[in-house]
Amino acid sequence: MFLADFSPIKPDFGLFFWTTIIFGIFWFMMAKFAFKPIANALKAREDEIQNSLDEAKKAREEMANLNAENEKILAETREERSKILKEAKDTRDSIVNEAKETAKAEAKKIAASAKLEIESEKKAAIADIKNQVGTMALDIAEKVIKKELKGNTEQESFVNQLVGEIKLN
Amino acid sequence: MNKHILLSLFALILSFSLSAQQHDHNHDHDGHAHDHAHDHADHKSDKHAKEHHADDHGDHALSCAHAGDHHHGEFDAGATAFHHIADANVYSIGPFQFPLPCILYAKGKGWDVFSSSKFGFDRFGHGDGHYAYNGYVLDGGTVKRITDTTFPEGKVEIKGVIHDKEGAAFVCYNDKMWNTDQKSTADGGVFGGGITSYYDFSLTKNVVSMFLVVFLLGFMFLKVAKAYVTRNGMAPKGLQSFIESIFVFIQDEVAKPFLGAKYLKYQPFLMALFFFVLGLNLWGQVPFLGGSNVTGNLAVTAVLAIFTFLVVNLSGNKHYWEHIFAMPGVPKWVLTILSPVEFLGIFIKPITLMLRLFANITAGHMVMVIFVSLIFMFSKNGTSPVGGYGTAVASTLLTLFMMAIELLVAFIQAFVFTILTASYLGAAIEEPHHH
Repeated sequence: MFLADFSPIKPDFGLFFWTTIIFGIFWFMMAKFAFKPIANALKAREDEIQNSLDEAKKAREEMANLNAENEKILAETREERSKILKEAKDTRDSIVNEAKETAKAEAKKIAASAKLEIESEKKAAIADIKNQVGTMALDIAEKVIKKELKGNTEQESFVNQLVGEIKLN
Repeated sequence: MNKHILLSLFALILSFSLSAQQHDHNHDHDGHAHDHAHDHADHKSDKHAKEHHADDHGDHALSCAHAGDHHHGEFDAGATAFHHIADANVYSIGPFQFPLPCILYAKGKGWDVFSSSKFGFDRFGHGDGHYAYNGYVLDGGTVKRITDTTFPEGKVEIKGVIHDKEGAAFVCYNDKMWNTDQKSTADGGVFGGGITSYYDFSLTKNVVSMFLVVFLLGFMFLKVAKAYVTRNGMAPKGLQSFIESIFVFIQDEVAKPFLGAKYLKYQPFLMALFFFVLGLNLWGQVPFLGGSNVTGNLAVTAVLAIFTFLVVNLSGNKHYWEHIFAMPGVPKWVLTILSPVEFLGIFIKPITLMLRLFANITAGHMVMVIFVSLIFMFSKNGTSPVGGYGTAVASTLLTLFMMAIELLVAFIQAFVFTILTASYLGAAIEEPHHH
């Protein structure tokens, strides 16, 4: 009674046949239309995700590099600027100094020439004055002498000599 | 809180359905034990009843006198369990029986294709046919053939089918007992079967369950595969992400570790095995939908094991065969012992796969039926309502617990079958290492 009725343990040809057919079809159809496409899609997605992650990592690294570079460039620029500023200041200072020097020299020169001119003018003026005074003195003397001697060259040169001895200070 | 309400509701429904079945059984068994006249008033007489009692007290000689009665006096939990885990030519949904196509072949007679409704079984019953058709009868949901070829062809009303102590069935017709044959089985007599006069290629309950499960799985997987095309570049959603989680689990935990770089070639086979076994394991667990014991049938697990055997050994490389027949670095005389053992191993591995799945699932189904049967045992065929209802509550809880365990077993056994197949396959395709 016991094992005799235990039918699941007796492999029945019909079930054998149908299981082979059904599992075979299931395996074939699912492999072709589901398992392979799904596995491929999963693989593609996995690769895509990996690629994206790699790319993101690369981009991040590049970004970091770029930042560092920017920082460097900025620092360099700052340095350059300060250098340029310093140079500009130096140049300005030197120009100003030069200008000052030139101006000073010019001024000196102008002053010197003015002095010379003044001197020569003075001399000319003195000479002129001397001449005029001489003439005036001659005139006076002539008038005086005319009254007494009526002209005398010896006296005239004596007078001129006297006039030349007169130093106007 | 909602969970508790649902759980108690489920328990209540289960105990109701059990008590309904209990009444059914009471009806069947109680009557025979005490008073036939009430139950079978139409064609039973006191004389019959007396004869029946005489039989019971006598030497249990088999006779057709009471064929058509349900003559098993006491509830037999073992027989009930065997009946429920067996394949059948009817499909039961709840207590209702639905006909299935029968495809039968007998030597010298040829093919017979007809619906099992030809047997005229009760829709609300146990699948016992009231008619013979072309020399076949339906006994407890299973088709049997009348050995004597003089039995009339076509649809013939029979009085009933009786069984002797060894479980052999006899058809009562024309006041004669006709011997019947069981269908042919491939065990060669090892498990009590063997080649008989006919073969049953019917779309049985198990075959129909397989078709249903395969269609369901196919529908699901095609939908999911389509989602990978239509939703390309988008995150998985719904069914797709549900299936994907299981798919990726098998791929990453089974296929890749065992098969290495070649996993994509063998993965479809592993996936087909896993989802086929899992689907059928789960289908058998759904209450009131037949509870088909498909993966608990040796024929089914044998076919799966044969597929594994073929895939493994047809993929085996030189290295694999070398390790079986001429293990390198082993002395010649040891090889005379080792090689036969290794050779046997080729067959033993799939045989263990076959038996493990069969035994686990069958045991699960049997335990479930036995727990439900406890109710009828303790109610003493309905004479003890206290025992019956008391056990119904305890039994419901036990059954619920077992169902939870069986849900786990359904996954574990599908996983174990797949992972062992992957390991055998991995050993067969492994490239040699330099020792």
